[in-house]
Amino acid sequence: MSNIFSYYLYGIAVILLSISFVKNKSKTLIALKKSLKMFLNILPQFIAILFLLGLLLAAIPSDVIKNTLGENSSFSGILLSAALGSATIIPVIIAFPIASQLLQSGAGIVQIAVFISTLTTVGLITMPLEIKYLGKKTTYMRNMLAFLFSFITAYITGWALR
Amino acid sequence: MRIFKKHLFLIVVLSANFAALIFLPQTGIKSIEFTLKNFMNFLFMLAPVFICIGLMDVWIDRETMVKLMGKNSNSKGILISFAFGVVTAVPLYALLPVAGMLLKKGSKISNVLIFICSSASIRIPLLLFEVSYMGWKFTAVRFVVNLFIVFAIAIIIDKNLNEKDKNEIYDNAYRL
Repeated sequence: MSNIFSYYLYGIAVILLSISFVKNKSKTLIALKKSLKMFLNILPQFIAILFLLGLLLAAIPSDVIKNTLGENSSFSGILLSAALGSATIIPVIIAFPIASQLLQSGAGIVQIAVFISTLTTVGLITMPLEIKYLGKKTTYMRNMLAFLFSFITAYITGWALR
Repeated sequence: MRIFKKHLFLIVVLSANFAALIFLPQTGIKSIEFTLKNFMNFLFMLAPVFICIGLMDVWIDRETMVKLMGKNSNSKGILISFAFGVVTAVPLYALLPVAGMLLKKGSKISNVLIFICSSASIRIPLLLFEVSYMGWKFTAVRFVVNLFIVFAIAIIIDKNLNEKDKNEIYDNAYRL
């Protein structure tokens, strides 16, 4: 997934780090220690999420994803696309090229749109992590609303592009 | 016992993976392969994010942040949160630590929600990429609709949180 967008992030981090280092060495070291501590704090959750994602990806072959998004345009197909988008973590950098290919081969626009929306805004398997930062109530509400609103975005997109 | 409860999710998932290795070795091995590959990707993505929030923690003092995105920041705070969100093109899991830091520094919860929601659905650095694959019409419609949805979600959640919920969120942010 090494793409230019992560490099852009690295660029920002390096620039900020250099400025900080020139301004105050000891403060910069404290910052780095804090970064590490905050990271280690959430590491167990991250590892759990990664193993869960690994299981999901191993259990759902990529063909299934392609078939779900590619075939029937019925409501159940759209619902299934939304479920897939909510449950998986695929970088959009990888998702857009796949989505565009599927569209060209006749996939429904609503499925594709709902898949992209849920993929980016609903994080079913990252929920334990989100709860750690935002608490249960906010996390449940945010994911539920994002899921519901993904359908609105998708239907409007489908209607505008019909 | 406390450690067991604290890491319940991790223990359950690891057991599931272990069971897969024994009963469905093919799926199990594939799962471990995916996990290792994704671990490298996640680390690569998270390293700069955590460096930035560590620097934020040290250099940005509470008063500044409260002024920018805190209780009385009003429309300016909303605008700053939205702008900060749309230029941050990272996946949801990498956004959360940033949100935690914003809360720790005293940003208003509704502003942090605007930040998360806008960053998840509108990513300016990725717009051209989306246009080149999905076409400008698809991208434009999604962009405009998402503009409204971001604020709708943030407002609905904020209206449904009472004082107690909000205090819990802030207490939690201090402990991160």
